[in-house]
Amino acid sequence: MSVRIAVLALQGAFIEHEKMLSKLGIASFEIRQKKDLLHSFDGLIIPGGESSVQGKLLKELELFEPIRKLITEKVPIFGTCAGLLLLSKQIENDGRVYLATMDITAVRNAYGRQLGSFYTAESFGTMGKIPMTFIRAPYIKDVSDSVVILATVNSKIVAARQGNQLVTAFHPELNDDLTVHRYFIKICGGEQLNRIID
Amino acid sequence: MSENRYELNKNLAQMLKGGVIMDVTTPEQARIAEAAGACAVMALERIPADIRAAGGVSRMSDPKMIKGIQDAVSIPVMAKCRIGHFAEAQILEAIEIDYIDESEVLSPADDKYHIDKTKFKVPFVCGAKDLGEALRRINEGAAMIRTKGEPGTGDVVQAVRHMRLMQAEIRRIGSAAEDELFDIAKELRVPYDLVQYVHEYKKLPVVNFAAGGVATPADAALMIQLGAEGVFVGSGIFKSGNPEKRAAAIVKAVTNFTDAKLLAELSEDLGEAMVGINEHEIELLMAQRGE
Repeated sequence: MSVRIAVLALQGAFIEHEKMLSKLGIASFEIRQKKDLLHSFDGLIIPGGESSVQGKLLKELELFEPIRKLITEKVPIFGTCAGLLLLSKQIENDGRVYLATMDITAVRNAYGRQLGSFYTAESFGTMGKIPMTFIRAPYIKDVSDSVVILATVNSKIVAARQGNQLVTAFHPELNDDLTVHRYFIKICGGEQLNRIID
Repeated sequence: MSENRYELNKNLAQMLKGGVIMDVTTPEQARIAEAAGACAVMALERIPADIRAAGGVSRMSDPKMIKGIQDAVSIPVMAKCRIGHFAEAQILEAIEIDYIDESEVLSPADDKYHIDKTKFKVPFVCGAKDLGEALRRINEGAAMIRTKGEPGTGDVVQAVRHMRLMQAEIRRIGSAAEDELFDIAKELRVPYDLVQYVHEYKKLPVVNFAAGGVATPADAALMIQLGAEGVFVGSGIFKSGNPEKRAAAIVKAVTNFTDAKLLAELSEDLGEAMVGINEHEIELLMAQRGE
């Protein structure tokens, strides 16, 4: 299977995602500005970092509308941490919303400051227990009926999927376990063919 | 400090990569910095240029002032303590700061020992002029490294020197034979396992930012092209004519650091840059503080 994944590389831990993909033998490239969207790809990853920074750069570098359009056209998208916030339709403790394509309500910095960051292992879907690293992480407070909950930690939702959109509040790219990335690649290969955006 | 906690602290620095950390002295400046795209802010009472101008002993900022900045923004907030001043660090940890900068910009409290950073739960960033200094700080528990530059001058020459030196030493260790690593560890005065890490991965075991003298989008692009994973901008923003515009331009320059056309656009009409002092015109070299 030769899928190609785009990784949004405006700010944050995008290289970590690229490394995970390369461990799976999956080709990837970085999106830093509008012309990078001209390449064809089968899925897009929005990495962890600061949602306020990435959200601002998405708009100023004219990536916002094209990427929003891709998501509504069902291109597979995977958001981790800040990426989850960028996809949320509502953020409970923050007036800002960004791409707002996924029917979830998130809570930003839900575990407090850096002292609240933690590591745990929990079940991800039916794929067994996986390591989960939470860094100043959000969680999902509410989801609509069409959203599938994939993981919870202490009864808070930390991973979910709605059609082509996959989000995790934790950072699967910071541990060696490839389960979540493998799951996303499956979404990319199985449900979407190559496409070119103009 | 548990192994987990140190990993989590290094992880937070990974989330800051590709970003700009800005010095701010008031909640208002912090809000401007966040709106301009800062990935974190450094809360301090006086920016380095003013510390340099004022002279005298400079210390950790008032916790009340830091808390005001924590309340004003949603991005991580860092604050500085003096080199070796573990009590100041304990206070900063107590107010749940996201990152402590054990900084040469403040007056050193200890002329021999740095803080034992393994005793803390909150992460530390430390300055380094070369690879040996970086690895010594990491051995003490630093979860992030930055160049020392020469704070408050607006002169990028030292940050460039430190980054080039660090990268050159990383290349040397990367290409050294394995039986040479023992002697390199001795020469750099660092543990063998850290040298081995650099040999294997050809990078520092923690995130490495540029700091000191970054004042323009071009300065930021230069530092990223030289191998920095992000930049600290101290006096460069709020000592300039149009802080909002300059801050936003530097943020974009860090993301698209090789696109000269875009950098040219970003460099237009930024108003007056901070005046700056050349390295050789100053009497107090802060970067020499702490080896």
